[in-house]
Amino acid sequence: MSCRLFKFLLLPIILALTTLPASAGSITIAAAADLKFAMDNITATFRKAHPDDSVKVIYGSSGKFYTQIRQGAPFDLFFSADIGYPKKLARAGLTASTPRAYALGRIVLWSAEVDASKLSLEDLVKPSFDRIAVANPQHAPYGERAVEALKSSGVWNQVKGKLVYGENIGQTAQFVRTGNARIGIIALSLALNPAFASRGGYATIPTRLYKPLIQGFVITRHAADNPLAKTFAKFIDSASAQAIFKHYGFARIPAGTAP
Amino acid sequence: MLSAADLGALWLTLKLATTVTLLLFMLGTPVAWWLARSRSRWRHPVSALVALPLVLPPTVLGFYLLVAFGPHGPIGVLTQSLGIGLLSFTFPGLVIASMLYSMPFVIQPLRNAFEAIGERPLEVAATLRAGPLDRFFSVALPLSRRGFVTAGVLGFAHTVGEFGVVLMIGGNIPQSTRVVSVQIFDHVEALQYGQAHALAGGLMVFSFLVLLAVYGSQPRLRSF
Repeated sequence: MSCRLFKFLLLPIILALTTLPASAGSITIAAAADLKFAMDNITATFRKAHPDDSVKVIYGSSGKFYTQIRQGAPFDLFFSADIGYPKKLARAGLTASTPRAYALGRIVLWSAEVDASKLSLEDLVKPSFDRIAVANPQHAPYGERAVEALKSSGVWNQVKGKLVYGENIGQTAQFVRTGNARIGIIALSLALNPAFASRGGYATIPTRLYKPLIQGFVITRHAADNPLAKTFAKFIDSASAQAIFKHYGFARIPAGTAP
Repeated sequence: MLSAADLGALWLTLKLATTVTLLLFMLGTPVAWWLARSRSRWRHPVSALVALPLVLPPTVLGFYLLVAFGPHGPIGVLTQSLGIGLLSFTFPGLVIASMLYSMPFVIQPLRNAFEAIGERPLEVAATLRAGPLDRFFSVALPLSRRGFVTAGVLGFAHTVGEFGVVLMIGGNIPQSTRVVSVQIFDHVEALQYGQAHALAGGLMVFSFLVLLAVYGSQPRLRSF
């Protein structure tokens, strides 16, 4: 290859390719499955203000992400359905910020086959509800709260044999959406989405029946030197991000409960 | 080391794999025989259909089964009208899903074995006045027994190793759909690495011994 060709043709291309990522930031967010619609909306709003940056979101169960981050997964921010997991990461020295609460989650009874808006947990003992979908309480906070609510409403012993477990709250909603489970306990944020809200109906489960679901996020140690991660964290406190959370049924954290 | 739940998952997996392998022998043998012997123009489309689960991601199978098993899906409508409810989240549902998933691993070796017999032994049997059924049971079956061993082992092992489809239509119910692969996944998710190791390690040793036994008993069999 002639030296001139390299200087005038290839060099600029190589320079352009290697310098491009440096000018634009990039973050990967691990988000609890209940955030699916809210976070899609929030990142879309964020991208409008930061058109050159790349923001990727992966949805799944909070417990799974916790395990993956402990094993060195390359996530920059972790939005958990329960602030307990980010706190555990902080104690293990795997974070670059203090875990912060961003919203309060709620659980609802939802069916795509019948109108569940008039139903309560006591109705789940009826034989017509032969399968009840909940998220796996072992690693999905929404599943944990669903089991708590069933226990404190006194129907646990009658319904525990009818439970089917979704890997995360998104899969749980799919079990109900396809009718394979006639009813289920899912996140209010999912039940409010038009794709789900157009069918059946939902009833909110009284908050006194389960521990408050304080949802928290944290910047991971992986993003310690990533300025875009800090920018995004700041954006979560902005009025527009908070309005989106509210739109999807998340309540603000009452003063005093925030850590 | 293994808890009662782990043993339950192991037992369920063995039950599932055995049921699926036996059912696939019964339904797959005629199909394999037809594929090996027929000159019909439907031979190629059916071959392609049988091989489909080899190339499809388990999520494709899982998604379509979830929809088909549902109250408005074709299978769900049928099972409800028969009064047996929905098949999703049940052991019979898992059997059907696993049969589809493991089908090529049973039918393909059988078909190869039947093709390897050739026409000659069957023609000779026919001249000795053996009827079609007699020819199959007295000539074809003994000559293709290696194919049956291979098909059985592969069908069984592949069902034990099933994960994606079960995760999508199983619903993780102890004693009916929580098989070993799902149980290991749950242990890992819940950071119970000790229990995950016990099950995963046990499965590795078991699978190795099964394959070793098969290779050892068939010296001329080089590969599947």
